[in-house]
Amino acid sequence: MASQTSTPLEYSTHQNEMTILGFWIFLGAEIVLFATLFAGYFVLENGVADGPTLKDILMMKDVLIETFLLLTSSFTMGLALHQMRQNNLKGMLIFTVITLLLGAGFMYMEINEFIHYVHEGVTMQTSAFGSALFTLLGTHGVHVTLGIGWVILLIIQLVRRGITPVTSRKFFIVSLYWHFLDVIWIFIFTFVYLKGALM
Amino acid sequence: MKYDFFVTGDPIILMSQIGIGLTMIGLIALITYLKKWTYLWKEWFTTVDHKKIGIMYIIAGVLMFFRGGVDGLMMKAQTSRPGLELLNAQHYDEIFTTHGIVMILFMAMPMLIGIMNVLIPLQIGARDVAFPKLNALSFWSFFVAALLFNISFVIGGSPDAGWTSYFPLAGKEFSPDIGNNYYAIALQISGIGTLATGINFIVTILKMRAPGMKLLKMPMFTWTSLVTSVLIVAAFPILTIALLMMTLDRMFGAHFFTVAAGGDPMLWLNLFWLWGHPEVYIVVLPAFGMFSEVIATFSRKNLFGYVTMVVSIVAIAFLSMLVWVHHFYTMGNSAAVNSVFSITTMMIAIPTGVKIFNWLFTMRKGKIQFSNAMLWSLAFIPCFTIGGVTGVMLAMAAADYQYHNTMFLVAHFHYVLIPGVVFAVFAGLYYWWPKMFGFALNEKIGKWHFWLFVIGFNLTFMPMFFVGLDGMSRRMYTYSESTGWAPWLGFSAVGSLVMAAGFAALVYNLYWSFRYASRDVGSDPWDARTLEWATASPVQEYNFAVIPEVTELDQFWKDKKEGTNKIKKEDIKDIHMPSNSAVPIIMGVAFGIVGFFLVFEMFILSAIFSVGIIACLIANSFDYDDGYHIPAKKVLETERKWRGDL
Ligand code: HEM
Ligand SMILES: [Cu+2]
Repeated sequence: MASQTSTPLEYSTHQNEMTILGFWIFLGAEIVLFATLFAGYFVLENGVADGPTLKDILMMKDVLIETFLLLTSSFTMGLALHQMRQNNLKGMLIFTVITLLLGAGFMYMEINEFIHYVHEGVTMQTSAFGSALFTLLGTHGVHVTLGIGWVILLIIQLVRRGITPVTSRKFFIVSLYWHFLDVIWIFIFTFVYLKGALM
Repeated sequence: MKYDFFVTGDPIILMSQIGIGLTMIGLIALITYLKKWTYLWKEWFTTVDHKKIGIMYIIAGVLMFFRGGVDGLMMKAQTSRPGLELLNAQHYDEIFTTHGIVMILFMAMPMLIGIMNVLIPLQIGARDVAFPKLNALSFWSFFVAALLFNISFVIGGSPDAGWTSYFPLAGKEFSPDIGNNYYAIALQISGIGTLATGINFIVTILKMRAPGMKLLKMPMFTWTSLVTSVLIVAAFPILTIALLMMTLDRMFGAHFFTVAAGGDPMLWLNLFWLWGHPEVYIVVLPAFGMFSEVIATFSRKNLFGYVTMVVSIVAIAFLSMLVWVHHFYTMGNSAAVNSVFSITTMMIAIPTGVKIFNWLFTMRKGKIQFSNAMLWSLAFIPCFTIGGVTGVMLAMAAADYQYHNTMFLVAHFHYVLIPGVVFAVFAGLYYWWPKMFGFALNEKIGKWHFWLFVIGFNLTFMPMFFVGLDGMSRRMYTYSESTGWAPWLGFSAVGSLVMAAGFAALVYNLYWSFRYASRDVGSDPWDARTLEWATASPVQEYNFAVIPEVTELDQFWKDKKEGTNKIKKEDIKDIHMPSNSAVPIIMGVAFGIVGFFLVFEMFILSAIFSVGIIACLIANSFDYDDGYHIPAKKVLETERKWRGDL
């Protein structure tokens, strides 16, 4: 199957088309979900109850590294998809594994960040601010973790089956998911960290 | 933590516990005796057929209606006379809470989603929904959640903070028992299933319509289901997060809603109603769609003002996201905020009024047939209008300071929900029963059902308006003679018995019709207009031997008039079908077990069983089963059986 055909492989069957549309709609639901979390955070961010504020505990350098890791992983995910369109399984796998490593690096940094916050005396239980912060970041982190597991499953299937209409559809969808998490992170970076640092 | 595993010390509950135990044992013994396990497993538990899933939803919905109805009757009995002690305050609290939740989430939702499941693919000329396996998962997660919620009253204790579960009352401090954990967890599980249903139906309706069926050629029920699905996707994630916050607050010591730690209970109220108000439209819109179908069919006319109907539904859906504050006008908003929400709320009356007039004009000069389905639709219009008009009264913020949290409100929302949802479900069941089962429900017993229920409904709820205006607040478990409410409430209690008799008539009707009704109703007993009637009753597993082509709204009607509703032998091809799958039910059960342990805050056990959920996801990811084909020859045979002339 050549990469030059007008419709990409992942759109080649009707079922695939439907699955991809379904996933877009799911992402719509995810936007509502995160929007609700953000709204909750904005309502509660000043509810520190005499405890530390975000500014007191923020490690901007670590956050920047996390941002760098995640954004780069989105880029490599895009490269992997590009390789898939070129029908180059090997290149695709290489970029996917890089993506995974970057994702894992991000998770490592984020867990570190959480541990640091706990040491600084901000936990889910200290204040409403703590609850909202950990829930927003945690939900994003859980999503990334699930994404990592999901990509691993797909790597196994790609190795076993190669690039087929089904595997390409699955991979396309996971890439949408991955980019989506990146977009959410940009909002977190802006409206949680940057805002927190400036306030 | 403070709980007894089994609720003890109450004879009624002890009886229920014994009753439930015996029923379970009896059921298992009966199925084993009849050797039906394999049949159930193969044909129902693992099915991915939208029609069977729909039927399972409906059965569950009827059972839940019974449960919720018994709750309602118990409340009516308790308040029938002043100073009664049939139920104590705690028990009354638990019962109105479970009643509200069961009725809305475990009765109305599954009934409507069930009917959507059976009908949508048929109305759009498709062979199934877009994601059949996901559809089964939706059902099982709803079903497991309903079970989990329903065992609360015998194991651990029921939630008791109202179906709205406002904080701080619903928090650990004021509700230390585990009852409210059931609320947080069971709703979460069923919410996931509902969200999946929403996505599934949007894709199905957008992508699987028969060739030629433009969006504006879709039957009205399909339209309302599409818009409801969009609302589900837009609103349910809000509930997901609200429940997550509740769970974290109650079980993990978080402080979203604790004022002393910087939290804000109003956050819960806002999130709850940001979901909750759209939710009432999620249940009422498909009901509107069903009335539209029934009224058009039995007036023997096409629906009046089809396009304005569509515009109205979309407008209602849009506005329904902008009115949530009307549930707490009295809780500290500024006058400006209240005014805005007052206006948006009243605006909803406009598209709703348009719909009412469209139905009336559909009937105008029609040859109306007073079948049971039509009777329910006719009764709906005046009853629902009462609900709507009192709704506009409540919408006026200043006046609401008087009505807020009184029985007036309770009367109002029952006047919307019962005609809007329950009447619709009855209309839909009478109307589509032959399509689902190949026989009609008895019309004569149906008349008993209709008159008893409608009269009983009005007797029950009309008095509530007056005691409400007289100052009786909602959720009051008893009152004194001196209030003067006793005659009204006594009257209302009698009314609820009449309504219960109506429900009994329905149950008898189901029994009678299963046993004795004629199996020879044909594929189109009502001379109807839409595609679901173009195929056999009950519908074959593949729905349509040949996918119909559509050029018109009410295509089937046109085909009948022009004699083009025949299929050609040559057009029959092999039909691709999805395979059954055990993953959805296993995953549902895993959700149930995890949920159960979460309710009891046994986190290690729930973590262990979560592995089951993940295992199901992995198994599903590696499942490349592509379904199977029904050979054209077999399709032809099946078709010949009911068409005769092929
Ligand atoms: C079958 C006949 C029904 C009866 C006899 C009945 C009766 C009642 C009564 C007595 C209350 C409590 C009033 C109070 O003390 O505050 C109540 C509350 C409620 N009912 Fe019904 N009801 C019925 C059907 C329904 C249906 C079909 C629905 C929804 C589809 C529904 C939804 C609710 C809700 C949401 C509440 C509020 C619960 C709360 O306060 O938390 N009911 N009902
Ligand atoms: Cu509302």
